[in-house]
Amino acid sequence: MKPLNIIGRAQYQEIIIPFLSIVTALIIGAVIIYTTGANVYKSYQGLWQGAFGKPRAIAETFVITTPYILSGLAVAFGFKCGLFNIGVEGQLYAGAVSAAFIGYAVRGLPHFIHLPLAMLAGIVGGAVWGAIPGYLKAKTGGHEVINTIMMNHIMLKLTDYLVKNPMLDTQASIPRTPYIQETAYLPKLFPGFRLHWGIIIALAAVFLIYFILYKTTIGFEIRTVGYNQNAARYAGMNITKNFVLVMAVSGSLAGLAGANEVLGLNYTLPAAFISGYGFDAIAIALLAKSNPFAIIPSAILWASLRNGAGLMQVRAGISIDLINIMQAFVIMFIAAPKIVRWLYRIKEGKAKAEVVLTKGWGK
Amino acid sequence: MQKDYYRIIIFSGLTLLLNLLIIRFSFNFPKEQAVSLMGFGTLGKLSMFTGRSIRILGCIGLIGSIIPFVKKFNRYVNLSFFTTAFTTVSAIILWAAVGSLFDIVGLLDLSLRLSTPIVLGAMAGMLCERTGVINIAIEGMMLTSACIGFTASLYLNNIWIGLFCAILSGGIIALLHAFLSITMITDQIVSGTVINILAVGLTGFIRRSFLLKARLTRTAILPIIEVPLLSKIPILGIIIFTNQPIVFLMMGLVVFISIMLFKTRWGLRTRSIGEHPEAADTVGINVFKMRYLNVILGGSIAGLAGAWFSLETTGSFDDMMTNGKGFIALAAMIFGKWHPVGAFTGGLIFGFFDALQIIFQIKNIPIPPQFLWMLPYVITMIVLAGVIGKSIPPAAIGVPYRKQ
Repeated sequence: MKPLNIIGRAQYQEIIIPFLSIVTALIIGAVIIYTTGANVYKSYQGLWQGAFGKPRAIAETFVITTPYILSGLAVAFGFKCGLFNIGVEGQLYAGAVSAAFIGYAVRGLPHFIHLPLAMLAGIVGGAVWGAIPGYLKAKTGGHEVINTIMMNHIMLKLTDYLVKNPMLDTQASIPRTPYIQETAYLPKLFPGFRLHWGIIIALAAVFLIYFILYKTTIGFEIRTVGYNQNAARYAGMNITKNFVLVMAVSGSLAGLAGANEVLGLNYTLPAAFISGYGFDAIAIALLAKSNPFAIIPSAILWASLRNGAGLMQVRAGISIDLINIMQAFVIMFIAAPKIVRWLYRIKEGKAKAEVVLTKGWGK
Repeated sequence: MQKDYYRIIIFSGLTLLLNLLIIRFSFNFPKEQAVSLMGFGTLGKLSMFTGRSIRILGCIGLIGSIIPFVKKFNRYVNLSFFTTAFTTVSAIILWAAVGSLFDIVGLLDLSLRLSTPIVLGAMAGMLCERTGVINIAIEGMMLTSACIGFTASLYLNNIWIGLFCAILSGGIIALLHAFLSITMITDQIVSGTVINILAVGLTGFIRRSFLLKARLTRTAILPIIEVPLLSKIPILGIIIFTNQPIVFLMMGLVVFISIMLFKTRWGLRTRSIGEHPEAADTVGINVFKMRYLNVILGGSIAGLAGAWFSLETTGSFDDMMTNGKGFIALAAMIFGKWHPVGAFTGGLIFGFFDALQIIFQIKNIPIPPQFLWMLPYVITMIVLAGVIGKSIPPAAIGVPYRKQ
């Protein structure tokens, strides 16, 4: 295979590896579908039409894209500082609970105050939940991977308790919080579709994070700490500050995603609220190699898989769990590009700086 | 020194406060009305005045929290944590035992049983990490082998073959982790995440595509074994010597791996690779082979832990049935400072809180169950924050080895 001439070799490699990873994962998916005796063509047709077949399907795909962009961005932002934030799920719940509380409990405010206030509550909720593991990492060396996983579990139980006890709407038939005030609604983008302004906010967040990371001193510090903690410390950068800040911002993005779900989509927080966005976010950030702009297409891809899976199940009788399997393979190929290179006989190009991830337990 | 002093004020101050609350709480139980009944199996029952007992416990905790404030005993700051943990738990049990019998032996028995997957998972992680490979995929390995073991035992109609398949599948999944992190030099935490996601998809897919379609939902569970003679010992006979096979295997493995790791050539090699692979390579140890071996062994132990869920307790398989125990196991491993006996202790503590929560729910104690569920995770975080002293991982952990 000859590299394309329009773009440089390094960029070509950066695009071709993720692309081939996705293709390979789809092929593996096809093999699995085939072995279970279902029709591969019908399955993938269902997957495509479920995601993009009708305007309504497209709108739904973008409804799911919204939290995916924000939570993927949250994970990617952590990666840039060498922090692996697995706690996006918990931070998302923290944001959702806080936004729901401000949304229904505060009354009598005009729309232009109440809505930002509720969103801010979500951001703060997520930020607090994210900053704790950041602080623990900096001060005690407790690894953020373990701590964020623990905080996920704690938040899930806490949300369950809050929604079923102090925040319960006693008139509702299912356990959920009361509906939020209309003044806290995040408006719909088009009448008749569930797609809301959250997608615009998410896109704005991408630009904001890009700006912070690459155009400000803070971003430079964050990336320096990510590349080499010791060098950063030697240069007089405050590691504690950076860890706490990055985890707080990461958490606030996740919290915003949770707030969007409540304010733009459900208008309430049911106890059965299961997002799973936090875990898919890891895959999205890895697929995008932590590049803020690349988060957008990779979030759309993940959303279309998730949205299309339902129709695939109906059309071909293939369980939606197949999506998880394919997703795992995509990350595997992205994380181990050697496999893809070997499969498609791609020569190793001049590698740009690798994606910086975490480094072992403790310090 | 200054920093240590803050630590004392914060930690011991908090525990002091908690103990004062316990003492205040004890006055809710007037002497004549509230009596706690504790059952000790065949040894009989113990009845205590609830209020007075809780007050005594509170005072013990209070003393434990005050001691670190004395200049001479500053370094005993952990004392306040441990005594307060003890008094708080005992006070809660006393409260739960008011009016109705609280079976202490049953609680301990259940603790040991529930700690089994955590201890096994912690040892699985330990074997990997002692050779320098991070393993956050214990959860995924356990989930996969729980599913495969269950499926195999259904289709082959033999639970022992199912158990064997579970162990085998744990090893195979671990092989993937080894391949990705040792040969492919993937980030080991990402590799673990891949396996965790893959496990959720794979097991869900098997369950919905095969098990539910074939209406296969239940299998027999592993039989309870009573060790002859030893099971007649009061209390210990029930707690330790009357159990299901995986519990016995777990206790055996703790001893076996302790000996293997610290008394044999294999153990020395394993540990040296985890600390300094270059040096180990120089003296002729095959780093890659040993890492592969240990990761696969670890995976097999995780597979055994997985079998505990489907084949030993429930006799069925559900989505996500490991329910985060793999991550708790990871915490138990760190808590136990990468030592089998430490992992066992850590696992027992988590198992104890699990058991406590179950018994409280059965007895309808008015504590929201969500808070009891949270407890192990909160404890893990406190432990990780260095309350039990610093837990230092093997030096070469997470660093892929590249032969020069």
